[in-house]
Amino acid sequence: MEVAAGGGCGAGPPLLLSDSEQQCYSELFARCAGASSGGPGPGPPEATRVAPGTATAAAGPVADLFRASQLPPETLHQITELCGAKRVGYFGPTQFYIALKLIAAAQSGLPVRTESIKCELPLPRFGMAKSDGEMRFGNPAELHGKKVQIPYLPTEKNSLKRMDDEDKQQESQSPTMSPLASPPSSPPHYQRVSLSHGYSKLRSGTEQMHPAPYETRQPIGQPEGSSSEGPGVKPLHRQASLIRSFSVERELQDNNSNYPDEPWRITEEQREYYVNQFRSLQPDPSSFISGSVAKNFFTKSKLSIPELSYIWELSDADCDGALTLPEFCAAFHLIVARKNGYPLPEGLPPTLQPEYLQAAFPKSKWECTIFDSYSESMPANQQPCDLNRMEKTSVKDMADFPVPTQDVTTGDDKQALNSTANEPSPKDVAEDTASKDCNSLKARPRSRSYSSTSIEETMKRGENPPTPPPRPQKTHSRASSLDLNKVFQPSVPAANSGLLPPPPALPPRPCPTQSEPVSEADLHPQLNRAPSQAAESSPKKDAPHAQPPSKPIRRKFRPENQTMESQESAAAVGGAASAAMVKPHPTVQKQSSKQKKAIQTAIRKNKEANAVLARLNSELQQQLKEVHQERIALENQLEQLRPVTVL
Amino acid sequence: MAVCIAVIAKENYPLYIRSTPTENELKFHYMVHTSLDVVDEKISAMGKALVDQRELYLGLLYPTEDYKVYGYVTNSKVKFVMVVDSSNTALRDNEIRSMFRKLHNSYTDVMCNPFYNPGDRIQSRAFDNMVTSMMIQVC
Repeated sequence: MEVAAGGGCGAGPPLLLSDSEQQCYSELFARCAGASSGGPGPGPPEATRVAPGTATAAAGPVADLFRASQLPPETLHQITELCGAKRVGYFGPTQFYIALKLIAAAQSGLPVRTESIKCELPLPRFGMAKSDGEMRFGNPAELHGKKVQIPYLPTEKNSLKRMDDEDKQQESQSPTMSPLASPPSSPPHYQRVSLSHGYSKLRSGTEQMHPAPYETRQPIGQPEGSSSEGPGVKPLHRQASLIRSFSVERELQDNNSNYPDEPWRITEEQREYYVNQFRSLQPDPSSFISGSVAKNFFTKSKLSIPELSYIWELSDADCDGALTLPEFCAAFHLIVARKNGYPLPEGLPPTLQPEYLQAAFPKSKWECTIFDSYSESMPANQQPCDLNRMEKTSVKDMADFPVPTQDVTTGDDKQALNSTANEPSPKDVAEDTASKDCNSLKARPRSRSYSSTSIEETMKRGENPPTPPPRPQKTHSRASSLDLNKVFQPSVPAANSGLLPPPPALPPRPCPTQSEPVSEADLHPQLNRAPSQAAESSPKKDAPHAQPPSKPIRRKFRPENQTMESQESAAAVGGAASAAMVKPHPTVQKQSSKQKKAIQTAIRKNKEANAVLARLNSELQQQLKEVHQERIALENQLEQLRPVTVL
Repeated sequence: MAVCIAVIAKENYPLYIRSTPTENELKFHYMVHTSLDVVDEKISAMGKALVDQRELYLGLLYPTEDYKVYGYVTNSKVKFVMVVDSSNTALRDNEIRSMFRKLHNSYTDVMCNPFYNPGDRIQSRAFDNMVTSMMIQVC
């Protein structure tokens, strides 16, 4: 049955018709088609353009039938637009079926949109009893045909124009493909996009049609939500089995046509990506991105300012000039969609609403992970955790991950670390989180240990921790051996951050409540070395991140490519994370060395860039010289010729 | 209700002006323009006191036979001017005030958009929708 409805349609049936619907529609279609063949010429001229072999219903009896449905004429116009008859200029079987379904939808009070036809609907009712309709059809269709001609004239003109545009593309497609293409909502864009036929032309063609359905969309926000939920539930089963419902790379069109809001749905992978970008701007996932920061970031996407302004308007739901994480994701998603050619919606789609995003992709999950990590670390350091929380609340605006500025800020690091440390292990990690994990892992455990020791100083555990601050004094007090001082001094600058405990003294100083960490401390440096190497590569990756996210498509590939790389580092990270949980602090030293390495890599990069530019410069100079020489040669020739002309 | 709504910048050029399209809009533009003088007058009169004491709502600027013109100034010297049909006798001062308040709120929402440069024309669709809703309420 569906096959029949699909006709020659190759990409999967867009329509789901029940048995009764199928029967009814085919009957009606036969009647209309039969009437057209029986009736004389008043069928619109487009009928002649119909590809031979496909049955079409002439506009006369079809218009008749539609009017019999007792819908207002504007609705009927919309329906004819939506079903694509105007587009192709004739009522083929698919168009007809879609139109009938839309009529049924309109009659049951649903808005006239393509989504309405996805759900189960009663059969469309036609004002005159069917028998009357039949009689009407049987009647000389001329009269009706002529009456109908007039309202269809303007539409004919449009369809004429559209035929010029669309014909070229649609000739290669089967005619029944057009209804899929015609409804000017987003899913058909997939069809077109995937077919990659004169993409810009198609887009311009559909954009003309946008105002009409969008107008119906706007006032009907509520029923739209409910009606799209209905069809959404059914196709969701399908979607669940699909990996990616929204494919920026223009794959997967057949899945997407089922759920109309698909382009506005954020997939897991995209979500990860957006979250990472958010973190790159603002480490705390529960806090805001200010307007200016967001502006700079989004301006890199190279969209025009009015469009960005509009996207902001859509996504900043509370109009506070700052973006929370769900708002940011929505904005990013809209930007990505726009860059891939989707027209911006009139209102924020339901799948991009902040509440929806928070529910669907639990941001609360992160907070749970934060608490989870806290609970894990609880056995290690009970009181320090409280202090850490206080630190976390006090410090929200840490700018850069790999450069924790000690003390309080590292507390924030720690919290963010714990949240991300738990995330990578279960999921595939985009490079960003992996790199940040590497960096922050080292940062946080060190900081934690540091703060824990400081706390314990105050708490007066009376064990090793209190000793470090006095130690330097001890060295000073000893004062006798200059060697010892020299030993300490170089390490103190290496510590680099004003931390009191000199690095050499650190190893023998495990976390106070634990003796186990001592053994792990040995493991830790080794693990740290592995991630530190990853960290070297990661700063390089960080730099590309600073590059405009104007290439979100490529960036999506990048995370995919680099998930492989990052998985290895993630494994190391995961190992380090578990060891780092309890965290001794030889990492203070590692931290400073890591900073050094970061600086070194940055230096290296700059040198490379410098070298490249220098090479470029020299090449250009060469070219300049050559051009100069040519010019001189030409001038010489000119002079040689000149005396001839003068004479 | 409102027949014409205009947002004028501090330098007295329009950031946004919209009228119901039934009649020639030029007339409304002219009325708004002339009303700016009255606004300035009111501001300067009140402005001798501290700015804090100055009320934002200016009230009826001047009545013509067909229309009444109301004014509102923000603290950043952005002026809202509203032209109302005189036949709407039911329109009370409170309602005008509430309309201006709504305008002001929408304007601040526009300002919150980091992509909006102060001094640009207002092209926000949300602002448009709000103004449209105000203008066709009575219809």
